[in-house]
Amino acid sequence: MPETLTTPATAARAAVRRRPAGWRTWALYLGVTLGAAAMLFPFAWTVITSITPRGSLAGGPSLVVEDPTLDAYRTLLDALPMLRIVANSFGVAVATTLLQLVTGSMAAYAFARMTFRGKDVVFGLYLATLMIPLQVLVVPLFIEMTRLNLNDTYFSLLAPSIASAFGIFLLKQAIEGVPRELDEAATIDGAGHLRIFATIIVPLIRPALATLAVFAFMSSWNSFLWPLVVIRSPELMTLPLGLATLKGQFTTEWDVVMAGSVVSIVPIALVYLLAQRHIIAGLAHTGLK
Amino acid sequence: MAQMTSVASAAARDGQGARRPSARGSVARRRGRRNSLWVLAFLLPSAIPLVLFTLAPMAGSLWVSLHDWNLISPMTWAGLDNYTSLLTAPATRRVFGHTLLYIVGYLPLVYVGGLGLAMVLNRAFRGRSFFRAAYFLPVVTSWVVVALVWQWLLNPNNGIVNTVLGFLHLPQPGWWTDPAWSMASVVLASAWKDLGFVMVILLAGLQAIPADVQEAAWVDGANAWQRFRLITLPLLSPSTFFVLVISLINGFQVFDQVYVMTGGGPAGSSQVVVGQIYDLTFRYGRAGEASALSWLLFVVILLITALQMRGQRRWVTYA
Repeated sequence: MPETLTTPATAARAAVRRRPAGWRTWALYLGVTLGAAAMLFPFAWTVITSITPRGSLAGGPSLVVEDPTLDAYRTLLDALPMLRIVANSFGVAVATTLLQLVTGSMAAYAFARMTFRGKDVVFGLYLATLMIPLQVLVVPLFIEMTRLNLNDTYFSLLAPSIASAFGIFLLKQAIEGVPRELDEAATIDGAGHLRIFATIIVPLIRPALATLAVFAFMSSWNSFLWPLVVIRSPELMTLPLGLATLKGQFTTEWDVVMAGSVVSIVPIALVYLLAQRHIIAGLAHTGLK
Repeated sequence: MAQMTSVASAAARDGQGARRPSARGSVARRRGRRNSLWVLAFLLPSAIPLVLFTLAPMAGSLWVSLHDWNLISPMTWAGLDNYTSLLTAPATRRVFGHTLLYIVGYLPLVYVGGLGLAMVLNRAFRGRSFFRAAYFLPVVTSWVVVALVWQWLLNPNNGIVNTVLGFLHLPQPGWWTDPAWSMASVVLASAWKDLGFVMVILLAGLQAIPADVQEAAWVDGANAWQRFRLITLPLLSPSTFFVLVISLINGFQVFDQVYVMTGGGPAGSSQVVVGQIYDLTFRYGRAGEASALSWLLFVVILLITALQMRGQRRWVTYA
């Protein structure tokens, strides 16, 4: 038990800060470093394979490259209109992310903060959209798109992910964590739903919004089966489709396949690094003391 | 201690909030109409695309499940035949068994691991942004790459894992080449890849716990374990709930990693429900049966999610 403390909060903080860098800290560093090495290893291996000369790949993976080369990347650029492909993937992913943030945060607000009849049933229906495997939806969805004359367009690529129940659920849980006192105070001040949503809720759930942004971008960026079914024109091709054709063309040329993988991983890694700032920023102050 | 439990349970009280008693009926009705307009305004942007591009195809697949269809020639009516034959087929029980095995192995690994990581990476220390990014990298890496690497790590002859096991004089399993171990290999690779996903969600949840609550508990003399059990876990429960519901929904639909790592083999030992659905549709042209199997899967997931939703009142704490 701590003895008499003048100002508890500051004392606690000071105590946390004063903790000496003993064996615990070293154990912590050792643990997270080993773990991180295990996490980074496949990525490192991908990069290394992509710059290894093709002749020396036969003997299985090795971590030391004798004479690194960018040949694989050159082959990649020659084989595919990479710029166009990356631009397509990027445009669709950004549009999907923005749409999901808007539709998701609004729906989440309705489920977390509004009272209406049948709310549980509607939310159940939303969640139900996550419960059927995509593999069985692509066929009816393709037929529907053909009827609507939307096949083989940019819109068809993002249509199934304009709203995501995953994101709505994620944001709803975040909004439920915001103290209701804040809304109530704003209501007394005469604020309506739109003002409360835009000026109180959205700023306070920034970590969750950033998290959703990462996942929305990533799932669009990596999505394979639906684009494969719906896209015919080469100029609408996205990255996973391009990589799939690569694997067909260069079955044994692992350096090219891995170069393609590097090109596909780096942009999402960057998106994550950008978003991480907001995820970490957290709720430094909830507005409540 | 008592104070802390009461803080948690006070926060746990019914989340609905009290409805304001309305003075006059007509005012309430007008307010009610305006309220429902607001509800529509907030819900329609997501409801319209979900109905058009998810619920409509779902209804379509239900229709397909009542037919025999090879994707090319016209459908022929089959009634409930697809369902009755699936319910009696031993393959159905087998693929559901493999899927359950996957979930039972995967869920504890990824939750406990993700929570541990989130707790560690929520502490202030130098370089933690780097570590957070490092642990997230597998999440964004494509399954094709991850599967290749894990096949190599778990190679029964010269893989790193078996080399280490041999060095320690432990048994060296055949991993993905052995029917008894193929599912375990998939579980290991999946848990490794998704650890960062769970970590990020729980990290966002941890960030939302006000520091003053932890400090107050510390001042009250709670030790680290008590703070974890009585403050962190209850206040993290909305995030935990989310992770559990989503992981179960996704777990039942496990497919990509199985497809690229083992292709359902060896000898069908790692064939999962969605793998079966995929093969039925795109390899054997039995779209009707595939749709029926999807709807069986849907009902299972729906029941489990509904149970979780009903159970959440018991343990999930909302502000």
